[in-house]
Amino acid sequence: MDILRFITAGSVDDGKSTLIGRLLYDSKSIFQDQLEAIERAGQVNGQINLALLTDGLKAEREQGITIDVAYKYFSTPKRKFIIADAPGHVQYTRNMVTGASNSDLAIILIDARKGVIEQTYRHSYIVSLLRLPYVVVCVNKMDLVNFSEEVFLNIQKQYLEFAKDLDLKSIHFLPISALNGDNVVEASASMPWWKGKSLLHFLEEIEIHTEEESPAPRFPVQNVIRPQTTEYHDYRGYAGQIRSGHFTVGDSITVLPSGLTSKIKAIDTFDGPLTTAYAPMSVTIRLEDEIDVSRGDMLVVTGKEPVISQDLEAHICWMDQKVMTPGSKYLLRQTTNAVKASIRSLDYRVETSTHEKKEQTNLGLNEIGKVTIRTAKPIAYDPYSKIRGTGSFILVDEGTNQTVAAGMLL
Amino acid sequence: MTSNHRLSHLDQLESEAIYILREVAAQFERPALLFSGGKDSICLVHLALKAFRPGKFPFPLVHIDTGHNFDEALEFRDALAERIGEKLIVRYVQDSIDQGKAVEEKGKFPSRNAIQAVTLLDTIAEFKFDACIGGARRDEEKARAKERIFSVRDEFGSWDPKLQRPELWNIYNGKIHVGENVRVFPISNWTELDVWEYIRKEKIDLPSLYFSHQREIVWREELVFPVSKFISLDGNDKVETRTVRFRTVGDMTCTAAVESEANSVDDIIREIQVSRTTERGSRLDDKRSEAAMEERKKGGYF
Repeated sequence: MDILRFITAGSVDDGKSTLIGRLLYDSKSIFQDQLEAIERAGQVNGQINLALLTDGLKAEREQGITIDVAYKYFSTPKRKFIIADAPGHVQYTRNMVTGASNSDLAIILIDARKGVIEQTYRHSYIVSLLRLPYVVVCVNKMDLVNFSEEVFLNIQKQYLEFAKDLDLKSIHFLPISALNGDNVVEASASMPWWKGKSLLHFLEEIEIHTEEESPAPRFPVQNVIRPQTTEYHDYRGYAGQIRSGHFTVGDSITVLPSGLTSKIKAIDTFDGPLTTAYAPMSVTIRLEDEIDVSRGDMLVVTGKEPVISQDLEAHICWMDQKVMTPGSKYLLRQTTNAVKASIRSLDYRVETSTHEKKEQTNLGLNEIGKVTIRTAKPIAYDPYSKIRGTGSFILVDEGTNQTVAAGMLL
Repeated sequence: MTSNHRLSHLDQLESEAIYILREVAAQFERPALLFSGGKDSICLVHLALKAFRPGKFPFPLVHIDTGHNFDEALEFRDALAERIGEKLIVRYVQDSIDQGKAVEEKGKFPSRNAIQAVTLLDTIAEFKFDACIGGARRDEEKARAKERIFSVRDEFGSWDPKLQRPELWNIYNGKIHVGENVRVFPISNWTELDVWEYIRKEKIDLPSLYFSHQREIVWREELVFPVSKFISLDGNDKVETRTVRFRTVGDMTCTAAVESEANSVDDIIREIQVSRTTERGSRLDDKRSEAAMEERKKGGYF
């Protein structure tokens, strides 16, 4: 069994929480006491309010909206699923970016009565920017348009037209009614024209791409393990999680950014040594030579080095109330690195609903733009489009300690 | 070669948890691992062995003892700390009560669950802990489902669900101001079933409470409660002996048992797979109101 992580996106009232509730309910992942609790909380149109399963905060239940990402879990015999239920409001775009950053797939909900709207554009842009491998466009509330195939096909056409400018690798469409459960877990009897799979069936079957097969092995060092006991007197291991590719005992290794080289002497785990380890395993690597390696360094296979630079270009999503103005300094965290960084320039801001690039002097909350950054020390990275694990970063405001931006290196 | 190089869901969850524990070690000066002797924190200890051996843990194990714990859990706690040779710090809710800092609840079902936060915050202040690792999971409760893996608490230990830091990819931001504290939940993405499957796979020992045994009980609000010196019985309470086990182990005053014949990990996994109630369904403290957990977390509960 493996894990599929997905995000649900869509505008307010498109029925995201209801869809998740339906997935959990129809796949029998809801427990009796949870059901009783939401039944106690009241019904909507004579049906239990499945949305209450995900809106976990008091303020959310009071307002009937989703404020923050909720994580939900269910599994079928084939797969474990982790759902990031992200809010639809524009002012919570940053929370959607948060949910998308860890996902393999996005479900974008469209209200069949409304068709493609501005939020659809915005969310699709974010999904494309964060390079989620799959998009499933669920045309919801089909019951309110008489389960019309024509309505569905029109929305599909409209979406594909707009998506051709985006970098979405794989787009699938599904007509559903989350409220009634049509095509969510079971195929719908009301849409005999639909020959495709149900949403759950689709989620169970798609192949997940991981970075274990990447030709570029990357191992950012988290900690140095030095027991200094009699038994392990000279033990010096580099602990970390493999971000991509494979490492094998005997591989020639280059330490970045120093450029020192050695060979892998051993790959240790609590359960015993390994000959080969691959992403995303957490292991401890020992080298043949006593060289200077510490947290923030990256071990790579010699000859397969990433980019090393102090001058970076990146897309960032701004996540703070305080606007970003070029010249400001932040702490940049990328893999296990933390270096001071200054934003040199804002090259443009992207209008997420139209993809237009606009010249702008600063970036406000929930806005996305392209920037040039200078770091205090060189960092080793790959373009985000090649390896998410080494091409992503966050910016931290050292005054407030807040995470103020999510970045994707070009 | 590639097809069998895919990690199973348990291996993925394990690797993620080890990564998080190592981030705590790297990003904080004085972390602690909150350890109660329950199955989730026992898994955390096991994961810490995987993260740091052959080195020592970069943090002590800390237990906030409410005084209403099961003896079996306490014995297990002490034996485990002894066996792995790691430091265990215990602080007592009773001391906070004696010092007048915490007031015992009154009524028919008094619980020390809420005042546990008082002792926890005092302990954090005493040792200047800047991070506390806990075994909470997002599937346990709907307020927990909203919580980040690195959850920043202010100087009063309070959680503000509306002001959580965005948490992107697996880049965790542990920067805090003096006096603030981060609660870290490495097994956030695990479910109850994942924990049990992991216990089976790793052959992890647990206190006997989790397995079927005979015990004196009383019925409270359709829940099976263990008879102990900490609960007051009146004329309406009928004490019976039943075959039970515990799905979750907290205080004897608020942890209900389930009637069960399951006495092996395999049996328990089969039981959970067909169970129609959540683990928290046997916690009286969560049934107090729709937002019971959220309110407790705002008050500093972990």
